[in-house]
Amino acid sequence: MAKKDFELTWKDIPVGSIVHEPGNASQYQTGDWRSQMPVLDKAKCVKCGICYRFCPEPCIVKDDDGYYVSDLFYCKGCGICAYECPKDAITIVKEEH
Amino acid sequence: MAKRVGAEGSFAVAEAVRLADTDVVAAYPITPQTHIVERLSEMVADGELKANFIYVESEHSAMSACLGSSAVGARTFTSTAGQGLELMHEVLYLASSMRLPIVMAVADRALSGPLNVWGDHSDAMATRECGWIQYFGENAQEVFDLTLCAFKIAEHHDVLFPVMVHMDGFHVSHVVEPYLLPDKEELGDFLPPINYPYPLDPNKPITMGAFAPPAVYSECRKAQDVAVNSTHATIENVWNEFGKRFDRHYKPIETHKTEDAETILVSIGSFNQMAAVAVDKLREEGKKVGLVRIRLWRPFPLQAFRQAVKSAKNVVIFERSMTYGGTVGPVCAEVKSALYGTKGAPRITSFIGGLGGRDMSPKQFEALFKRAQEIFDKNLDIQYETIGVRE
Repeated sequence: MAKKDFELTWKDIPVGSIVHEPGNASQYQTGDWRSQMPVLDKAKCVKCGICYRFCPEPCIVKDDDGYYVSDLFYCKGCGICAYECPKDAITIVKEEH
Repeated sequence: MAKRVGAEGSFAVAEAVRLADTDVVAAYPITPQTHIVERLSEMVADGELKANFIYVESEHSAMSACLGSSAVGARTFTSTAGQGLELMHEVLYLASSMRLPIVMAVADRALSGPLNVWGDHSDAMATRECGWIQYFGENAQEVFDLTLCAFKIAEHHDVLFPVMVHMDGFHVSHVVEPYLLPDKEELGDFLPPINYPYPLDPNKPITMGAFAPPAVYSECRKAQDVAVNSTHATIENVWNEFGKRFDRHYKPIETHKTEDAETILVSIGSFNQMAAVAVDKLREEGKKVGLVRIRLWRPFPLQAFRQAVKSAKNVVIFERSMTYGGTVGPVCAEVKSALYGTKGAPRITSFIGGLGGRDMSPKQFEALFKRAQEIFDKNLDIQYETIGVRE
């Protein structure tokens, strides 16, 4: 996308609001809907991947060391990962925008 | 060579759809539109029209099927009336916002309740905000001509909007009258094959009907509004080209004896023919009256309308639907909005009648003019009155 959605004028809208570039939803940032974010305490994490399975976005990915971390470009801050974590390794903290 | 044939308005519409080599018809029968789809169904069964006829289970499905058909680039027609138009209501907005050139004939009918299958404009007016191009034909010839033109207008690359061709239920849809039916040869290249520029194609995938968050929805809406307002020139060009070929002429606003008219009646639909008889009689009596027939309803031809009523001191509206609890009916609201604040704006009053199949005779239109004059002379603060309703 050449322009972010909030930069588009009405003249930029294609006829019928057709999206001519298929599969571009991955470029759509949902992370800015968030008011709170998950913080992982790696000392407590046992790399079980339960958070990865429950994340509805799904935006939790495995990093090079095997930890499951949230991709904050997409994470909406719902807190399900923190709720489901059996080791209480994830804390939800308020975020200033 | 054109043949002079006798037929209902419904059959005339079906002939126009056949001559247009329509690819897909998806429709559900409902009075008073039934004869249009019955005739098309026969034509497809008999091989006169090589189209796919999709027998759907409701009008909501009919319009939804039309979306898909039009989106792959097929010439698409449907037809409905009254409750059927209401059932497809939410899908109508998708057709216009996705810029799909569907053509639909509507045999305008009253809305329930009480249940009534006869003609008025309640259904048409309920869809006036849905983004379609909408115009009215007043007899079999007009609905034939205007249906044929509708394909050319809708599919034009400067337009790409769905078009609704309105005809009064029963008074046009079921009245047998003569009209000129051209043959393929005479039609020539007036209506070229459809060439929809953004067809759904697995080899070139696109997304239609995607979601738009607050960051961009308003821009989409403005783009659509600007686009539909810019279709005026193409609509008139198509009608002018049709006029040159077939010598039958259509204008967004039609006038009858308005040149020096002091009181002008504004109305929509086939009852204009009764109103014209009344105007002729009153003219013979020396009264300076005239008639303005709104043909193109959406997008509203603002400048042409203002021009048409320029001479009038008084404007009277007759319309066939109500806005329950509103200040006036929908046509009067449009007229008042169009004229408010213009230099020498006329006095305006309005009448609502012809509901659910009730007739209006030329004599009643004469009475309407008389009552309007009384309202103006006595400076009565009357927004609207009903006419032809027992008190």
